[in-house]
Amino acid sequence: MVKVNGEPKDIAGKTIAEYLATTNYDMKRIATELNGDIVPKAQYGETVLQDGDSIEIVSFVGGG
Amino acid sequence: MNNDKLIIGGHEFNSRFILGSGKYSMKLIEAAVKDAGAEIITLAVRRANTKEHENILDYIPEGITLLPNTSGARNAEEAVRIARLARELGCGNFVKIEIMRDSKYLLPDNVETIKATEILAKEGFVVMPYMYPDLNTARDLVNAGAASVMPLASPIGSNKGLATKEFIQILIDEIDLPIIVDAGIGRPSQACEAMEMGAAAIMANTALATAGDLPMMASAFKQAIEAGRKAYLSGLGRVLTRGASASDPLTGFLRD
Repeated sequence: MVKVNGEPKDIAGKTIAEYLATTNYDMKRIATELNGDIVPKAQYGETVLQDGDSIEIVSFVGGG
Repeated sequence: MNNDKLIIGGHEFNSRFILGSGKYSMKLIEAAVKDAGAEIITLAVRRANTKEHENILDYIPEGITLLPNTSGARNAEEAVRIARLARELGCGNFVKIEIMRDSKYLLPDNVETIKATEILAKEGFVVMPYMYPDLNTARDLVNAGAASVMPLASPIGSNKGLATKEFIQILIDEIDLPIIVDAGIGRPSQACEAMEMGAAAIMANTALATAGDLPMMASAFKQAIEAGRKAYLSGLGRVLTRGASASDPLTGFLRD
C-alpha cells in the first residue's frame, strides 16, 4: 500500500507519473513529496512507488 | 512619492498593502487586488484537490507577487518543508513563515521562526517571518537573513487593532528592515496609524473577508495606508505636553 495524502492506495510498483495519469489533478498546479522529500516533476516518470511509501500532493489555496 | 518604493529582498513594490486571500470567494480576488492596489497576495499550501475544484491561481491577476505562507507548521522543520513545496509549485521564492503551536491564540513561535528563517534564507528564499513583536527576536531574524519582519498587531483574525503598538514602534525604530504589520488590523484607521508610526506595509485578510463589501473595504484600506505613509514621510506635527497654541495671529485683535 502507498499512502496518498493520508489515504492508502494499491499503487505500489507504479511510477508517480503512472499514478497521476489515473487521477484528475491539474499537473501545472501541484507539487509532490515522497516520504518527505520533494520530487521534481522531471522525475515523476522514473520514481517508482514502493510498498509503505507516503506521497503528498499539494497545491495553493486561499490564505493569510 | 513616486520614488517611495517598498523594497523586500531586492524586489521593488509601489503598493504597501499586502492582501490575504483566505476566507472569501476566489471570485472576489480580482476585484480585491484591483481595489486594494495590491502587488503581493498571500496564499496557503494544502493537500491538492482535483480539477473539479477551482484553483486559486486562476483568479489571481498577472504580475502579482505570490507570498505563500507556512500555515499549519508547528515547528521549523514543518515550515521549511511547506516552504520548499511552495517553491516547487513554481510561483517564485517568497515565503511568509508562520509557525504556531497552539490553535487557541494562534501566536507565532518566535524561536522556531528564527530557525526556519535561517534555513530558508540560506536556500535563497525571500523570507518574511510573522512574529510576536520582540526586539531580541527581530534582531535574531535580521541575522538569520530575513527580508522583512512581520510583527502581529493583535491575535490573528481578531480585528482588534494595534494591541502591540509600543513594541511595534520599537521594531520600527531599531530594525533596519521593512516592518510589515501583520495580523489583527481590523480597520483602515488602524492601518493608517501603523503607517504613521513608520511601518513599511500592512498585511490584512480578515478585516476584508469579514467586511460588508470586500472590494470597497479593500479600497478604504488602500487609501488609509497611503494617507498614513504620506503622514509619516511628511513628519507628524508635534504634540504639546500641556496648554494650547493658537493657530491665529496673536496681534490685531478687534478690541480696546
